[in-house]
Amino acid sequence: MKRFFDSELEIFRSHLMLMGETAIRQVRDALKALVDGDVALADRVIAADDELDNLEMSIDDEAIRYMNLRAPVATELRLVIVGMKASHDLERVGDECTTIAKRAVRLAAEPPLKPYVDIPRMANIAIEMLRDALDCFLHGDTDKALAVVRRDAEVDLINKQLYRELSSFMIENPATTTRALELMFISKSLERIADHACNIAEEMVFLAQATDIRHREELKKG
Amino acid sequence: MVNVSSLSNAAPMDTSSATPVSRAFKVPARATDGEKADTLIEIENFDFYYGAKQALFDINLKLDDKRVTAFIGPSGCGKSTLLRCLNRMNDLIDGTSVKRGSVKIRNIDINTRDVDPIELRKRVGMVFQKSNPFPKSIYENVIYGLRIQGETNKAKLDEVVEKSLRGAALWDEVKDRLHESGLGLSGGQQQRLCIARTIAVSPEIILMDEPCSALDPIATAKVEELIHELKKEFTIIIVTHSMQQAARCSDKTAFFYMGKLIEYADTRMIFMNPSNPQTEAYVSGRFG
Repeated sequence: MKRFFDSELEIFRSHLMLMGETAIRQVRDALKALVDGDVALADRVIAADDELDNLEMSIDDEAIRYMNLRAPVATELRLVIVGMKASHDLERVGDECTTIAKRAVRLAAEPPLKPYVDIPRMANIAIEMLRDALDCFLHGDTDKALAVVRRDAEVDLINKQLYRELSSFMIENPATTTRALELMFISKSLERIADHACNIAEEMVFLAQATDIRHREELKKG
Repeated sequence: MVNVSSLSNAAPMDTSSATPVSRAFKVPARATDGEKADTLIEIENFDFYYGAKQALFDINLKLDDKRVTAFIGPSGCGKSTLLRCLNRMNDLIDGTSVKRGSVKIRNIDINTRDVDPIELRKRVGMVFQKSNPFPKSIYENVIYGLRIQGETNKAKLDEVVEKSLRGAALWDEVKDRLHESGLGLSGGQQQRLCIARTIAVSPEIILMDEPCSALDPIATAKVEELIHELKKEFTIIIVTHSMQQAARCSDKTAFFYMGKLIEYADTRMIFMNPSNPQTEAYVSGRFG
């Protein structure tokens, strides 16, 4: 039986998907701005952060209204709770992209320190993790969600490798310090984006099965 | 704010608005935090008929002692019928019959010939949808059951009246007018008077058939508060059409549809993650 307020949930779900797609686009564009030294694109990434901020506020507003007026239970209750939490994670992804874009602008004015290999690799993994986490939202595929959570270790590892490599650059040639630090922070931002993708995946498991898998290390090892 | 019209390019939506759930991977649950209760009532393979029409189909259900169990489901689903089977109130309707199965209270089958339905109803009290105080004083309403049992000790009766009215959270409101008519009370007070009358004979189980459906929100809140208090001493089974009331008041919930038990679980699970799609649809207001 269709209810007269079902469209409110459809809009809510659409906003969350739109926010996910926007966040993924931001990560992709921030990376491209960095790799290509494209200052105009970096500026567009910084400006587009408002879209995510506005979507987060819309989603919060819709969720509070729905809980207040429609008294949701079961899947619907989990959907609005998870929607609020996931939108917060996606907004933070946007903030990290802004940080990357600002650093990309500064790095564009300097000669490249090293070819971009590990950072695009990290970014691509983080994008895939975000995409898979959102896929779980659409299809309730908890196997995929758990795979996202397990993949986080891969990004952590690259981040640590980069940290060691960039540290050695700075020791060998202090003139590289500024650029190396910028790259370290970019790497850290990508690592955080992967963390947010993990959070979203965990939230999607809660949505599908009403089970909280946060802080359950045994599930993350596979 | 986002322009809703810009959403046309968003990913395809599930118009049912319920997220499809894959059961391929099942996360092992954490240990539950609820205390385990003893079973007081056991219903097994129970079929019940009104004449030739079958009203209940193969019901299997174990009800916990000193807990509140809610029966929910759309009109005609059999929840009130089953409730009335627990103290054989259906015996009073012509043509009713138990064709198969049993209802056991503390392992005694209540439908055997040795069980006296009057004695059974002393142990299994009932509160109805519409409050039905007798046209007597508040005092006499409360002790009606004891009078029938032959109790005449004034001190004992006084004690029971105070204890029962306190138990029904009505004492403070009526203690100065115990000998006035019960019919002069408000609807909510009358319902609590009926609850006092029910608990005066010290039953083990209280059946409530939509006890708040005729009450305003304040009176409803008082009865719900009372249910919460009463479960320390009594086992309560409540039939309700209010999902929120079932969620607020009960420890376990049984969902019925067309005479069948569809799902029975902790209330928390029924309202957070029901395992049956029909239960989900009902508690979400999608049918019924």
